Amino acid sequence: MTALLEADGIVKEFGLRRSRLEMLRGTLPGHRAVDAVSFTLGRGEILGVAGGSGSGKTTLARCLIRLVEPDEGSIRLDGEDVRAARGSRLRELRRRMQMVFQDPYASLNPRITVGSALHEAGRVHRRPGSEDREAFVGELLERVHLPASIAVRRPRELSGGQRQRVAVARALAVGPEILIADEAVSALDVSIQTQLLNLFLDLRDDLGVAIVFIAHQLAVIAEVADRVAIMHQGRIVETGPTASVFHSPQDPYTVALLGAHPGTHP
Amino acid sequence: MSDLLSIRGLRVEFGPSVAVHDVSLTVRPGEFVGLVGESGSGKSLTCRSILRLIPPPGRTSRGEISFDGRDVMAMSHDELRAFRGHDVGTIFQDPFSSLNPVFRVGDQLAETLRLNAGMGKREAKVRATELLDHVGIPDPARRYLSYPHELSGGMRQRVMIAIAIAAKPRLLIADEPTTALDVTTQAQILELLARLRREHDMAVLLVSHDFGVIAQVCDRLAVMYGGHVVETGTVGTLYQRPEHPYTRALLESVPSLESAGSAQRRPAIPGQPPELTETLPGCVFAPRCRFARPECQTISMALERVGPEHETACPIRPFATAPSAMRERAS
Repeated sequence: MTALLEADGIVKEFGLRRSRLEMLRGTLPGHRAVDAVSFTLGRGEILGVAGGSGSGKTTLARCLIRLVEPDEGSIRLDGEDVRAARGSRLRELRRRMQMVFQDPYASLNPRITVGSALHEAGRVHRRPGSEDREAFVGELLERVHLPASIAVRRPRELSGGQRQRVAVARALAVGPEILIADEAVSALDVSIQTQLLNLFLDLRDDLGVAIVFIAHQLAVIAEVADRVAIMHQGRIVETGPTASVFHSPQDPYTVALLGAHPGTHP
Repeated sequence: MSDLLSIRGLRVEFGPSVAVHDVSLTVRPGEFVGLVGESGSGKSLTCRSILRLIPPPGRTSRGEISFDGRDVMAMSHDELRAFRGHDVGTIFQDPFSSLNPVFRVGDQLAETLRLNAGMGKREAKVRATELLDHVGIPDPARRYLSYPHELSGGMRQRVMIAIAIAAKPRLLIADEPTTALDVTTQAQILELLARLRREHDMAVLLVSHDFGVIAQVCDRLAVMYGGHVVETGTVGTLYQRPEHPYTRALLESVPSLESAGSAQRRPAIPGQPPELTETLPGCVFAPRCRFARPECQTISMALERVGPEHETACPIRPFATAPSAMRERAS
């Protein structure tokens, strides 16, 4: 099986604030937020990325669609070089990889209705079916299990769970093959979180979308991921099928992380 | 043993909307009580009511709150100030917005000591450094000089805890203290709370939406939904034999590491929690409840005792086994 997305040796370094003396000496290296990370993602696969805060999960996600420009490494989507793409080629690649962020309140325009937001995304990318606005929006809302009446509302009139569904629908509006969900369920309540996790599983099963699922809660990853990558200080320290990584972790950091995770029972 | 904190029939209104309908809760000296519920269930407002910090236009329209035998609702401005300063410590979810960004964290801590523990300048500074050390901040003398933005989330939360316990309160209210932190830091903060409680015999009211956190440290817990306490009991009882369908559904929907590699999906509670403006007749959970019956529209949500330290607001009790079946036969 050829991978849908292939990342090889991605490096992203951020500069640190230095004293004059350090600048004169010029020896202090920058902070490597992502340090030689490689992974593959198959079609219709959910890859969970776990790790503590500051482990580089978000920077890695942003590198994939070049919201942050990686310093080194290669990223290939279906064999096409993402780092070399410019202009309309880059736009097309970004259409095929869509992000869902933690805070839908910040990623949805507060002044336009849900229907307009969904329709506009489809229209800009000339998606088939987007000429018929009502049908297009209706289908997307149904896909994320929201009533069609939501279309006339604005983000602030929705609950947190509904807003996050709208953010998912917005990503789906352009017909992506990959969703990159960065802490997409972390801010939600338990019962709503479970609904959203099941929605991501539906999308994988019904549409065959692959998902890079980033979360700091290991239990959340255990629920959805087919494979998992554990990040620590910018590197992937362990990767493998979810069951084997969680049930028999090999890397000492994974063991420590699993140990710190609160159990669900006293 | 008499209760340190006792809340009876608390009701909080925001204009025409009722945010907290009828909450009763007790905390005994040295006890670790959890308050679980989803956003909008009224748990944070319940905590704020204890300190009489309900933001206007909200108001506590009914209910009694007593702390160590004193009536909190009847306290004067000065008494309230002393009560908030000496008797109760508070930690909120977001440590960044609770600390003043333009003052050094050590000075903020020393200020608390001078105002609430009556210390002099020099003594407060020494004590503040000790407190920073006590809550597990490495190199406390240096950290004393840091500004809030120079500290990580976990360190800021430790500073907040140091400020909250500075005046040696008898009750610590911790509102989602670990929600913004990653699991490793979360485990450290919970351990710190448990240690402080042991050392100072301090009672803790821990608010969380995370069952895992509650299970780790609490003795007893109250589950809230739609402005009502729907079930209370010891942690062991509620995890093993929940009587309210909401508690059970919530426990079932908690993601677990055990699910790794399993193709089975976790059952989710359908629908949405009620909105503030909605007033439902009967049980507030009935619209989302698997076991709802027509009579659920008319029941009151009063807590009924079903075991030692175990109360539930569901009179249907769909999971009750032998004892209640016997009771039905007898009646």
